[in-house]
Amino acid sequence: MTVRPENLHRGSLRLISTPSAPALDIHIPPNMNFLRSATSALRPSSHILTRRAALPATAFAVRHLSDSTKKTIEDAITQNKLVVFMKGTPDAPMCGFSRAVMQILDAQGVDLQNSLKSFNILADEELRSGIKEYSSWPTIPQVYVNGEFVGGCDIMLSMHQSGELEKLLVKEGLAEAEPEENPRA
Amino acid sequence: MASQQEDGPVTASIRTTLTELLKPESLEIINDSSKHAHHSAMRGVSSKETHFRVNVVSDAFAGKSTMQRHRLIYGALSKDFEAGLHALSLNTKTPAEVAKVAEA
Repeated sequence: MTVRPENLHRGSLRLISTPSAPALDIHIPPNMNFLRSATSALRPSSHILTRRAALPATAFAVRHLSDSTKKTIEDAITQNKLVVFMKGTPDAPMCGFSRAVMQILDAQGVDLQNSLKSFNILADEELRSGIKEYSSWPTIPQVYVNGEFVGGCDIMLSMHQSGELEKLLVKEGLAEAEPEENPRA
Repeated sequence: MASQQEDGPVTASIRTTLTELLKPESLEIINDSSKHAHHSAMRGVSSKETHFRVNVVSDAFAGKSTMQRHRLIYGALSKDFEAGLHALSLNTKTPAEVAKVAEA
């Protein structure tokens, strides 16, 4: 029996099936908050955390992520500074949200040909479900910078508008700092 | 299970879940599905409720990053995602953040 610690603070405790024990989902209603503290006492006690429990949490699809898909994802995000899991390709996005992310990166001055590793999840059903589980994020596109999940389209857009994205891309050497139009003292 | 979805069962489900979860000051759910109906990913999907924009203002977001706010909502709607919900465009603000924008 394996406890996914990340689910504990969601009020939902998922116990993964093993050959000897079927999967169980325990949902804790809000009026039983005391149970939450009881379960959180279980949290990072390493003796119950197996290798599987160290996978990112997911409430979406607990059964798809194979070791080979996981390795594909991990290799991609550790060997490339900027990885986008998207529908279609940078040249021909197949979804408005994937297109928007490409436009944002382009506007930031990222070299989409050379600095970006993209995966067309429409061409790989296993990767499509696998990345959703890996990131615990139910939608595509998904952007990784320097091995970290940054977000989907909404977050990219809000980071673009706030200036956070430029900071991040410049820090990682993926874009050059724009000279400020009105330099502040 | 009704085959006609004109009454918007997914919309209703999202509204109920988010209302309970966030006790929002305001909650706007906009069905954008028709704009995405031609996508290759939507081939063979007859549901008219796959893509939504959600604008929600709630104190529950206080002290949380955008990522944490989105994860909170995605986690709560996991059943809807399993049942065919495909995309959510989220705008998550606290009442204080909305007031700040209104001032500016």
